[in-house]
Amino acid sequence: MWDNELFLQTLPVLVKAFVQITLVVTVAGAALAAALGLVWAIALRELPALLGRPLGFVLDFIRMTPLPVHLLVVYHGFTQLSGMTVGIIVFGVHYSTYMSESYRAGIDSIRKGQWEAAKALSLPASRTWRAVILPQAVRNTLPSLGNWAIAMFKDTPFLIFISVPEMVTAAREFGGRHFSYIEAMTVAGLLFLVASYPTAVLMRKLEKKLAY
Amino acid sequence: MSDFLQGLLTALPRLLQEGLQATLISFVGGAVVMVVVAVLLGLAEHQGPAWLRGIARFVVEFFRGTSLVVQLFFLFYVIPTLTGVDLGSTWTAILALGLNYGAYGAEVVRGSLNAVPRGQWETATALSMPWFTQMRRVIWPQAWALMLPGFNNLMVMLVKGTAVVSLVLMADLTFEADQLRRRVGTWPAFIAALLIYYVIALLVSLVMRWMERRAQRRLGLGDFEIRKARQEADQVMAGAAAGDAEPVAAGKEGET
Repeated sequence: MWDNELFLQTLPVLVKAFVQITLVVTVAGAALAAALGLVWAIALRELPALLGRPLGFVLDFIRMTPLPVHLLVVYHGFTQLSGMTVGIIVFGVHYSTYMSESYRAGIDSIRKGQWEAAKALSLPASRTWRAVILPQAVRNTLPSLGNWAIAMFKDTPFLIFISVPEMVTAAREFGGRHFSYIEAMTVAGLLFLVASYPTAVLMRKLEKKLAY
Repeated sequence: MSDFLQGLLTALPRLLQEGLQATLISFVGGAVVMVVVAVLLGLAEHQGPAWLRGIARFVVEFFRGTSLVVQLFFLFYVIPTLTGVDLGSTWTAILALGLNYGAYGAEVVRGSLNAVPRGQWETATALSMPWFTQMRRVIWPQAWALMLPGFNNLMVMLVKGTAVVSLVLMADLTFEADQLRRRVGTWPAFIAALLIYYVIALLVSLVMRWMERRAQRRLGLGDFEIRKARQEADQVMAGAAAGDAEPVAAGKEGET
């Protein structure tokens, strides 16, 4: 059943795919999601209803529909983009809709007095956000953003839908070529576990530390 | 634009006929397995003796930590050669979805049981109710109301999660849309699929909301508990367990 030889062969193949694709998409996607999520959260609060409502609907629609279909539609709809680029954009946009909810919760937890004080000092809106609200809100939001990034990391195998050779795709290919899937799939699962579990524990610690 | 509309109108009925069934089967099957797994693991984590708690914890962390697609492929490619049992596409999909989301659900169940005030247990014990009666009559109805918002989010996640079943050769909405792409064009084919997924997710969420309201009405739960449960529910997939996020909620209480 278990072949040590194959196990040793599969290890470098998967680690390479893991580092070159899975990690790159996760890091770039999470950065994009964190930035866009903040934009959505502020826009939803600041925009007039005429613009805010449609934006809210679009975000809801993205949040409630499957990521693999988003990958497929962007990949085939914009053929000039490479698979990696599509992956980063789609993961970034999809997860930004979740992260915007996290930011919103963080912003909602800021007490009314903070807004009133900023107003009393007649700070302009941009400074109220930058100097008063966001520094407090983002602190409460960080663990949640980290947790979403971990969730995104575990979704990266969806890239198989647009034929980007990330780790699980590589594992399936390797298994098919050698007529044995157990080594490659086990390694792929373990790599996910090894990378995501400690990060998740770290986030839980961070959450406890930052909570007031 | 009229090309797009025409494509959409060709794609929608085709998808409803061809792909919808496989998607609904994976969703309903996955949801049943998910709830069973979540309740069993959650109860074991909360009520079991230390060794059982340890095992349940391990299983939950294992399924949460490895990716859904890996689990799907493991069931599909490895289990048959390992055990000689070929589950087939449909059961592979249902089991993988149910186990993966069930592990997240276990955290919801555990957290909700945790959130039932200790006094409720103590009172039930003081009335010398046996464990099963305590659970069924006192604890579970309260925990149930708290876990529904979490399950609501998980059910929506599960609807979206079914999009992976084409990887184990089920002809679901995603697969059929990809097939239709050449005939009606990329955008109409996939937008049609997205619309169907969206409607399913909305309906599921609507039913769950209705169950939430019913459970809460029966208990006369206050706004605070409900808001707290909702807040934690938003974090279900993002790792935080319901009932563990007390400090944030406590901060909010001080404000109102």
